[in-house]
Amino acid sequence: MTTQMFGAPIRRKEDPRLVTGGGRYLDDLGQHALAAAFVRSPHAHARITDIDVTDAVDVEGVVAIYTWEDLPGKVAEPLPLLIPHPTLTHGRTGYALARDEVNHVGEPIVMVVASDRYAAEDACQRIRVDYEMLPVVVGIENARDGEHLVHEDAPGNVAAHMVQQNGDVEAALAKAKHTLTLDLSIERSACMPMEGKGVYARWNDEDGELRIYSSTQTTTGVRAAVAAKLELPLAKVECIAPDVGGGFGVKIMHPWPEEVLVPWAARLLKREVKWAEDRREHFISSAHERGQLQTVTVGFDDEGRVLGLDVKFWHDNGAYTPYGIIVPIITSTQLLGPYKPGAYRCEFRSLYTNTVLVTPYRGAGRPQGVFAMERTMDAIADYLGIDRAEVRSRNFILPEEMPYDHGLLFQDGRPLKYDSGDFPASLDKLKKLVGWDDFEAYRAQAELEGRKVGLGIGCYVEGTGVGPYEGGHIVIETSGRVNVATGLTTQGQGHQTAFAQIVAEELGVRLEDVHVTTGDTRKMGYAVGTFASRAAVMSGNAIALATRNVKAKALRIAADALEVDEEDLEIVDGVVQVKGAPTTSMPLGTVAVLSNPLRYAFDDAAKAATQFAGTFDPDKPPVAEDEEPGLEGRDFYSPTQATFANGMHAAIVETDPVTAEITILRYCVIHDCGTMINPMIVEGQVHGGVAQGVGGALYERMAYDESGQLLNASLMDFLMPYASEVPHVEADHLETPSPLNPLGIKGAGEAGCIPVSAVIASAIEDAEGFPITSMPISPVELWELRQRHEAGEIPSLRHPHPAPDPSNTQEPTR
Amino acid sequence: MTDMTTEQVHDVTVNVNGVPRTATVPARRLLSDFLRHDLELTGTHVGCEHGVCGACTVLLDGKPMRSCLMFAVTAQDHRITTVEGLCDAPDARPCATGERMNPAQQAFAECHGLQCGFCTPGFLTTVTAYLEENPSPSQEEAREAISGNLCRCTGYQNIVKSVLRAAEIRTERLEENAGESA
Ligand code: FES
Ligand code: FES
Repeated sequence: MTTQMFGAPIRRKEDPRLVTGGGRYLDDLGQHALAAAFVRSPHAHARITDIDVTDAVDVEGVVAIYTWEDLPGKVAEPLPLLIPHPTLTHGRTGYALARDEVNHVGEPIVMVVASDRYAAEDACQRIRVDYEMLPVVVGIENARDGEHLVHEDAPGNVAAHMVQQNGDVEAALAKAKHTLTLDLSIERSACMPMEGKGVYARWNDEDGELRIYSSTQTTTGVRAAVAAKLELPLAKVECIAPDVGGGFGVKIMHPWPEEVLVPWAARLLKREVKWAEDRREHFISSAHERGQLQTVTVGFDDEGRVLGLDVKFWHDNGAYTPYGIIVPIITSTQLLGPYKPGAYRCEFRSLYTNTVLVTPYRGAGRPQGVFAMERTMDAIADYLGIDRAEVRSRNFILPEEMPYDHGLLFQDGRPLKYDSGDFPASLDKLKKLVGWDDFEAYRAQAELEGRKVGLGIGCYVEGTGVGPYEGGHIVIETSGRVNVATGLTTQGQGHQTAFAQIVAEELGVRLEDVHVTTGDTRKMGYAVGTFASRAAVMSGNAIALATRNVKAKALRIAADALEVDEEDLEIVDGVVQVKGAPTTSMPLGTVAVLSNPLRYAFDDAAKAATQFAGTFDPDKPPVAEDEEPGLEGRDFYSPTQATFANGMHAAIVETDPVTAEITILRYCVIHDCGTMINPMIVEGQVHGGVAQGVGGALYERMAYDESGQLLNASLMDFLMPYASEVPHVEADHLETPSPLNPLGIKGAGEAGCIPVSAVIASAIEDAEGFPITSMPISPVELWELRQRHEAGEIPSLRHPHPAPDPSNTQEPTR
Repeated sequence: MTDMTTEQVHDVTVNVNGVPRTATVPARRLLSDFLRHDLELTGTHVGCEHGVCGACTVLLDGKPMRSCLMFAVTAQDHRITTVEGLCDAPDARPCATGERMNPAQQAFAECHGLQCGFCTPGFLTTVTAYLEENPSPSQEEAREAISGNLCRCTGYQNIVKSVLRAAEIRTERLEENAGESA
């Protein structure tokens, strides 16, 4: 009996290699390559008036120094705008090396190539760049008032203005018995993978071929972009992602300037060239995310049912928009979460600032959206004095209403239509897990001990597995080894294991016989990339389909050879056998031998497959019409729309009455990503996501000063949480399979971090008794809010403490 | 014009993973770069180069040390153990796929204590040294022990679990070794 593979918490195949030092990350490759380093702008907005490299040219080890003037043809043109959108009316991208203006600190201006990084940095220090300062725009408020412009030709600093609407919001709000308006804000954070970005290029002059290794989330994207820039035939460019030390979104942006420049220099110099980003470079020149200001107006009835929701927000997209406006589009659609909003309108403006560009970071716009919606739910509950979980459940989309169409367009330009989910069941599980109904007793007890505690909740729905497609390719060798390839990349999600589980289960082979390759354009040239929690859904299903094709072929050939009916065969542990009579059998490897008639007998398996082996009908061609040699198959999966995973989190926090220190006492998660391939990996993803969410809620922010300098551009000053800051996560799962794909799976990569800021805000608010409208929040900020609350500048919550003030009949603005 | 003269270099000999290794390097060569690029032992990773993340942690005479905060020349005549060297520890055992693993390595693989694996070598060296000092930590102590290393992927929960499991495996193997030599 084959042991169950799909759905089992199987240990990862990649780990023995990674724990013994066998990982090969970008900077582990090309040990003898030349090293690149960059002179980057120290100013946020300036015109470049002169670049003087004379002092740098004779630094020992320097091979070449390049400025924009040295760049030829397409390399000198602006970088591509990858995802255009009709509402992105003023899309702007930078140059690989700044041309005459810099728009953020960290923008690359000069590239030095030298024998090693030490020499390259020495040379960088001796290059003088003269600047003429321009007015700097930092922060959403400054961008919004439009007094100074980031790009002269983008009026009001507006890159994009978009409105989506379903129903008549004005009418709904006018009719609603109660309305509330909330002003909210969320600050910038960043993906901050432990491995920075990097690219290593090898030019083969004899063959005119380029091989690029990049620490990227999309090798096909990088390959196509570099081929276009360098004006090379696509067939002459290969791109490979080696082991990648985390991505979380920042490595889906491409091509980064370095990804164009390093291969270009490698070709020009006919030498291997490598660039491995250092931490400071990562802070100031790799993308950030999250910064938004939001205004939400909600109308609701006495029961807390939302009748109309009007959301306006302003999104900080940084200096350029190479990845389009995916992030604010996601915010505007995904903030609806598990709820029916009544009439809904969302209007956003995506604004330029003189800070590093903004592209998706794990969760991609959802943490902001969920913050808006969940703060609103809490506000309604507080206003009416209804239990917060109860208000949520009164607004839930019910299981019997699935699939549910919101009448909006999602990030992929396709309908925002939920495929499945059971929100009441999830809430039930969450309430039990965290002890929702017993919390007031716990609070009372804590109060007696002089402790302040609060309970918070947050729900989300996450569109995962967006298209357009991914592919799977599978070849079975005569040894029985099964080689599987998919084009999307891996940054630690355990794809080698999860995809192998799918193949082992579908085909009936042992896990150790399945070998998975990801992110190598030599193995699979058609792919999109790893982002938006899409890998398992897209590649998982493509691989399953490809496996089914090969299995059908194997059974066909084996049935012929064993002279039995195909229907009577099964494959168990790599052996094709007659069901119930396993003595009539043949290993899959032998089927592979039969599938490929040979001329040359280079080994025993080949000897068995030559035309003299005597098993073939002389009247038929060795390879039948409509057949191909080999046990090989390929298929693609392309869905009509995204799948929608969902989840609910609750946390109990304690706030120190004196120091305002915030401690998370418990963190509970209910998670539904459809059918799970490997629950151990799914749970690992949830843990990691929650940790990043906690970072975003309590510690991480990008501290730009008014001149556009990032004041905390090191891990010393940017407070990424250590083990001491991250709570133990108690997680439970619900599996509502997706009806959209053969495996019933939904994505799980981002879930953990999406609602955390909302949940922690909810819990702190509950502990303190006044509204929390801005995240992240530090102890100092909480302490200041307390002072303002005591001074009467911030109103108290009405529920549960202090008791509602009957004299206050005004509709409060929070 | 440049006043740059040819950089003075030094012969550095360090005992790395039980083998004396020599390279000729400038005085400013970081120990992390020396290990990774001069000796091509790329298991040790660099995540920040300013002493905060712990990815570059190696054992210097058995004690955890951030190799990005030390010059190669100052490691002269010292004993360095990198993640590659943990596989040769007396309590390392071959796993099913052939790699030899010490208790920490084995535990991380068992408990899903890594995702991308980039921070992992630093955790493994740290944990290996810690268990020498505290062979049976509590859950809180295990968390404390790893709280100088950053991981962006795992949320630490499974790393804490790995530390506790490593302690168990270590004890078992010590007993086995004692039994064998008795
Ligand atoms: S690389 Fe040495 S501590 Fe981060
Ligand atoms: S496993 Fe990726 S940083 Fe720790």
